Amino acid sequence: MARQRQTVAELSRLLRSGTATSRELTEACLQRIAELDSGLNSFINVTSEAALDAADAADQLLSDGTAGPLTGVPMAHKDIFCTRGVTTTCASRMLENFVAPYDATVVERLAEAGMVSVGKTNMDEFAMGSSNETSYFGVVRNPWDQERSPGGSSGGSAAAVAAGLVPVATGTDTGGSVRQPAALCGITGFKPTYGRVSRYGIVAFASSLDQAGILGLTAEDVALVIQAMAGFDERDSTSSPEAVPDYVAGLEASISGKIIGVPKEYFSAGLDAAYAEAVHAALDVYRQMGAEIREVSLPNLSLAVPAYYVVCPAEASSNLSRFDGIRFGHRAEGATDLESLYKLTRQEGFGDEVKRRIMTGTYVLSAGYYDAYYLQAQKVRQLISNDLARCFDEVDILAGPTTPTVAFHIGEKIDDPVQMYLNDIYTVSVNLAGLPGISIPCGLSDGLPVGLQLIGPHFAEQSVLNFAHLYQKETDWHLREPDQRTAEEPG
Amino acid sequence: MSTQWETVIGLEIHAQLATRSKIFSGASTRYGAEPNTQADLVTLGYPGVLPVLNREVVVMAARFGVAVDANVAHRAVFARKNYFYPDLPKGYQISQLELPIVQGGHITLRLEDGSEKRINLTRAHLEEDAGKSLHGIIEGKTGIDLNRAGTPLLEIVSEPELSSAKEAVNYMRVIHQLVRYLGISDGNMQEGSFRCDANISVRPKGQAELGTRTELKNLNSFRFIEKAINFEIERQIGLIEDGGKVVQETRLYDSDRDETRPMRSKEEANDYRYFPDPDLLPIVLDDEFLQAVRDAMPELPQVKSQRFVTEYGLKASEIELLTAARETADYFEGVTAELGDPKLAANWVSGELGAMLNRDSLDIADSKVGATSLAELLKRIQDNSISGKIAKEVFAAMWETGDTADSIIDSRGLQQITDTVELESLVDQVITDNPTQVKQFRAGKDKVLGFFVGQIMQATQGKANPAQVNKILRDKLAS
Repeated sequence: MARQRQTVAELSRLLRSGTATSRELTEACLQRIAELDSGLNSFINVTSEAALDAADAADQLLSDGTAGPLTGVPMAHKDIFCTRGVTTTCASRMLENFVAPYDATVVERLAEAGMVSVGKTNMDEFAMGSSNETSYFGVVRNPWDQERSPGGSSGGSAAAVAAGLVPVATGTDTGGSVRQPAALCGITGFKPTYGRVSRYGIVAFASSLDQAGILGLTAEDVALVIQAMAGFDERDSTSSPEAVPDYVAGLEASISGKIIGVPKEYFSAGLDAAYAEAVHAALDVYRQMGAEIREVSLPNLSLAVPAYYVVCPAEASSNLSRFDGIRFGHRAEGATDLESLYKLTRQEGFGDEVKRRIMTGTYVLSAGYYDAYYLQAQKVRQLISNDLARCFDEVDILAGPTTPTVAFHIGEKIDDPVQMYLNDIYTVSVNLAGLPGISIPCGLSDGLPVGLQLIGPHFAEQSVLNFAHLYQKETDWHLREPDQRTAEEPG
Repeated sequence: MSTQWETVIGLEIHAQLATRSKIFSGASTRYGAEPNTQADLVTLGYPGVLPVLNREVVVMAARFGVAVDANVAHRAVFARKNYFYPDLPKGYQISQLELPIVQGGHITLRLEDGSEKRINLTRAHLEEDAGKSLHGIIEGKTGIDLNRAGTPLLEIVSEPELSSAKEAVNYMRVIHQLVRYLGISDGNMQEGSFRCDANISVRPKGQAELGTRTELKNLNSFRFIEKAINFEIERQIGLIEDGGKVVQETRLYDSDRDETRPMRSKEEANDYRYFPDPDLLPIVLDDEFLQAVRDAMPELPQVKSQRFVTEYGLKASEIELLTAARETADYFEGVTAELGDPKLAANWVSGELGAMLNRDSLDIADSKVGATSLAELLKRIQDNSISGKIAKEVFAAMWETGDTADSIIDSRGLQQITDTVELESLVDQVITDNPTQVKQFRAGKDKVLGFFVGQIMQATQGKANPAQVNKILRDKLAS
């Protein structure tokens, strides 16, 4: 079957050689969305007109010869990034009609790089979820099997890229929300170091954990796009002033003699056997490239999910306080006084999972419980960071599974929050420690994608991308496409 | 009987820091603008926006810390204080809890009996102000003005070591003077730039344990603070003496009725759920920074007062007004430097100048007569060109016209008559014209001398040199 998806690198070459125009590529994306997305529901808002205008502007730059590597390439933004003049809903009723009067730094930088946004992708409400089932705008379906979840919270972005609706899409990763859906949809999802990409303009979920990332088809593509996203932003005090290296230039470096650490706890009970097998096979590929595989230990791994589900709701409960019906967003009708305005607005505006996290967060911060929960969780967070830092004293990178299983069925876990949260077991530590991590496809189990996770030390984006790219040069898992049936190409 | 009771007061002073922009955004802090014209996206708490610390507030807080001999923290952390209120856009206030920027410190009060009392500070921390609710602008609705939201505040917390309303006011005046000296707050109480909450309790004299306290909110004038605290002390004592109990609560002072009332109890039920704000990095200050703050310290009020005694030979009573504000002290020193007569300068700065500023409600920085101009006027008293009385007239003219002293003296012919021959002939004339009074004087009625002086002053429109006139009169009348 013919390949339906094209990479950013390929499209960039087509554009700059004059073989295709941005308008043609953008129209093709819009057409594919029109054909396929009624089934997938990966977009909340498709901004065709603005996209075509941006494409025409990009074509002008291309013909002027002033285009950069990303000029004219279509993409999409997760609907958590504020976009001037276009709704930013966070997949919540609370923000159903919210139009931000400004662009997020990521949106601004990618627009400056000439990329053409075709719309805003679906997600779990306020990024709270691992299955994209908590969206006010409906569940997103996995292109590999529409009965299954694409993962979350950046599930819309993952499904859209996997289905070839756009070559690349932004995401945010607070506990695995870029890497986990990338794994379940068989694509490449990259979360840089905390502070590497500005959080300005990302509707805050858990501020000490949130980090913008990118979902694409290859490590090369995410390197190309992250290059334009990364760097200090004076509007975000937690963004890093550290210089941004040339990520693409570092892709081909040899990894011979490098040491890959494999945390033994990542392969204990809970990990699906076939999944484990695929990950081991991937490690063999690295071994053949001359890397040394060394077992390491993360003794506090079992505490990561509990600690995460204290810290993250605590911050969320505070961050979401601003949605009170006073200045923006949903406002309930029929309130009789201030307190009922607050209560009705928040009762109507937020979904169940968001309310669950606000309640949890409020509880763990309240007088008498703060020390036992929030403070304790912060201590655990430090222990987990220390464990990871110790590993990097002896290895260059860590490798393991991204998720415990391949894509699960829609509805399978939504009524059991604990089962749902355990889906994040391999990803949350990376956020707690603020490290860069990537998920790349490394096999199929029962016809569904398996994700290999690579984790680097702080600001080792180049190394992580380098390892991922070399693997993709040796294998073709990242080129496997879900079987998409379109109107033009019947079965 | 109130004599057996002892009062314990601690104050939380909110001093608005004199920055041009807000603590976490570039929006202006100017007072009095149209509602919500100074509310940018950060002030409004829009989704996705982030606070960025205004560095100037750190310098200002550190300056205060150094001035009160406190520990200026090498590491201070902002925390979120969570509660819902329409004038609090984010649903939390960014403040400092566990690691405030200023820890400890103390100031010295001079009490009425001349003794000194040291008052220890608990801490001073940085925080953002809230906005305010506006009632009555839109019929039947409450408006919200967020111009003030995000204005930087330094909250200065004293230990509960003040023992009367008078002492509390004294303490507040010392802090008020200090923040203005340091240039970190304009101290404008009418605009709310300087206000306080008071924690008050009473206990039987000699009891070690503190009584139940109440908190009085938002006291914003020295007069009201004293009245409010006194009312609250009496209320608490009355309550206990009648067999009742003080309830820990927050009360508001109503200046119209001169009484305190409990605020709605709902406001008390808040659990603020403080936690470190993940959007802001800790403030980290090194020794170099603190040294730079120390090096840039202005002379502080108490040091300046001491110096005015030793350097200028002024009395404590004269100094109080001169050193109340740094600008006044600077003005005084400017006049003195040119004049070389601190006593004369002090009299004029506290007297005539003060009265004019008061009349026109002007700050000394906006005085219509500058220090150099005033010194030029006073030099004319020194060299006998004009009398002190004429000088007041010249000063008033300088104030109105902006002209120099000399040009006013010249153009109005106010030069003093010091020519002995001319004065003698004037005296002769007055003696000739008033034989009755001459007789009275010679009969020992010394007071009549004033009458003669008055006659001569009238004849010269006050320009005769009074000392000379006195001497000539006595000589002539005695002969």
